[in-house]
Amino acid sequence: MSKKQKKNLTRILCSAILLAVAWLLPLEGFWRLLVFLVPYAVIGYDVLFSAVRNILHGQIFDENFLMALATVGAFFVADYPEAVAVMLFYQIGELFQSIAVGKSRKSIAALMDIRPDYANVLRNGEAVTVSPEEVEIGETILIKPGEKIPLDAVITSGETSVNNAALTGESLPVECRVGDTLISGSVNLNGVVEAKVKSVFSESTVSKILNLVENSASKKARSENFITKFAKYYTPCVVIAAVLLAVLPPLILKQSFAIWIERALTFLVVSCPCALVISVPLSFFGGIGGASKAGILIKGANYMEALSTVDTVVFDKTGTLTKGIFSVSAVYPQNCSESELLELAALAESYSSHPIAASVVKAYDGTLDKTKISDVQELAGRGIQATVNHKPVYVGSSNLMDAVGIKRKDGDTVGTTVHVAADGKYLGYLVIADEIKADAKSAIEKLKSIGVRKTVMLTGDADAVGRAVGETLGIDEMHTQMLPNDKVAVVEDLLQEKNPKHTLAFVGDGINDAPVLARADIGIAMGALGSDAAIEAADVVLMDDKPSKLVKAIEISKKTMRIVHQNIVFALLVKAIVLVFSAIGLAGMWLAVFADVGVMVIAVLNAMRTLKVSTVSR
Amino acid sequence: MTKTFKLEELDCANCAAKMESAINNMPEVASATVSFMTQKLTITTDSEITNDLMKKVAKVCKRIEPDCRIIY
Repeated sequence: MSKKQKKNLTRILCSAILLAVAWLLPLEGFWRLLVFLVPYAVIGYDVLFSAVRNILHGQIFDENFLMALATVGAFFVADYPEAVAVMLFYQIGELFQSIAVGKSRKSIAALMDIRPDYANVLRNGEAVTVSPEEVEIGETILIKPGEKIPLDAVITSGETSVNNAALTGESLPVECRVGDTLISGSVNLNGVVEAKVKSVFSESTVSKILNLVENSASKKARSENFITKFAKYYTPCVVIAAVLLAVLPPLILKQSFAIWIERALTFLVVSCPCALVISVPLSFFGGIGGASKAGILIKGANYMEALSTVDTVVFDKTGTLTKGIFSVSAVYPQNCSESELLELAALAESYSSHPIAASVVKAYDGTLDKTKISDVQELAGRGIQATVNHKPVYVGSSNLMDAVGIKRKDGDTVGTTVHVAADGKYLGYLVIADEIKADAKSAIEKLKSIGVRKTVMLTGDADAVGRAVGETLGIDEMHTQMLPNDKVAVVEDLLQEKNPKHTLAFVGDGINDAPVLARADIGIAMGALGSDAAIEAADVVLMDDKPSKLVKAIEISKKTMRIVHQNIVFALLVKAIVLVFSAIGLAGMWLAVFADVGVMVIAVLNAMRTLKVSTVSR
Repeated sequence: MTKTFKLEELDCANCAAKMESAINNMPEVASATVSFMTQKLTITTDSEITNDLMKKVAKVCKRIEPDCRIIY
């Protein structure tokens, strides 16, 4: 509890005791008023003071004014105990609310406790402890076990393992050696390392992430704007209704003004829109904070809202659903051994820089004797022609085999097939495939189960390869052999097709897909740890490269929106009911204060649920 | 120019919303957001954010929520 909260608690206790004493004293008339005024003054002086001061500032009809009016009114009708009790109840509610808000502020701050406090920088051979802002690019920092990595840096000596949990939500440590990049905000676990600083603090990953989360509050969701607009019209309407309630029934029904003025005051106390004004932004903020703990950065409440209504998800293939690393997945030799086939293929491919060639060379684990090979010729899009041991060798696609008139065998294995022929004889083929990420299939299945209607995959790869990957994963629609511009066109078409109430998300790895990220309703960049471009281009950033994080992000957004809607409906419903009750005289000031402060506390507590996000990916 | 300021003793969410709209209505300010949760005020203007401007902003805020202070 803060100092102010403790003080208020003391006031509440004192006033409650004084109220009990006043109740028990057998006093009459003026003396009775006086003993009740004591606890009233203790508990209500600040409210009365603020009410007067705010009126002087032109702020009428705020909470303080309403409470002052209601309780002073109760004194006038000689309802002393009620006047004190209502004020007391109001202050208890305020205290609760202040504690709840303070607590959620703290837990959000704790979520974002990735800001490093200091850096040990080596200057003139000595380690000096300075604030991370003071370290310049190119300086060497020393990081000890248990310390936060203060700046993005490349290891120059030592090795260690690093915990990225605060950034990605994954607690599995990552091994780092000389030459590896350390990401600021992660924690060094066991080794002492020296590292050369790559960027100044304001440009480091940790600053970018913190900025992003803090600034996310400025991008307001439709439901937040709705509340602001609502409050703008709501307050004057309620005030007018209260005035009418105080004046019209007595005039028409010829009843006493006192009853109807009391009802009008009750009506005003109920009407305060604070529960909504606090809980809606709090829910969004909690959701964004909770998501960031799971390694999902959502750049604004508006994107949180959009994410919850996603019904079409468009994936880029390479690097998003697949690892983007080609490897030889199968070897089918004919008329020779497996290693002979691999050696021949690797020799022929050893001069090429094509990723497929690199994967073939990598798959052969012996040493390549490059003196055996000569006359290497790259046949664009088809393969390689070379002379090995004075014999003509062809390594490449089916087209190439057909062109040189060699009968080939076709497998049904998915991937790029590389045929090998030597001296006019067919020797077999290799299959090269981009590996599908381990959790891609289950992620696609889960997307379906949480309401995504359509999944689409875009790829520049050959039709057969793209289709096979898509079918393995259970994707609804595949577009293959696409150029970057085609991708934008496909997304535009999909945007036209979809139901305008729902949104379309594009998921890519942030490389070369900035135009599509921008065009989609929500651009999601994956595997962004250490990639500045992706952090900037996307609306939602998944810090690691697991497709299952997308499912988590949508789940978090749906949960947050559910809590927002619960709070809006709950607060409005309770208020509407109590407003009607107070107008017809069924609700007293007690219920009115509950409808104001009580509803707010409940809404704040409900909003705090958004903070709870299980970080373990399922 | 965009600058962020810390707010102290910002206790009332409704006041935060009112402060935000009041600052947005100032002719010198292009846009402003008050975040009740992070207790921060972000102001964007077409020109420099001067101390004089901040004094005016503080005055506007004081009318709405006298307890709240802007640290600038």
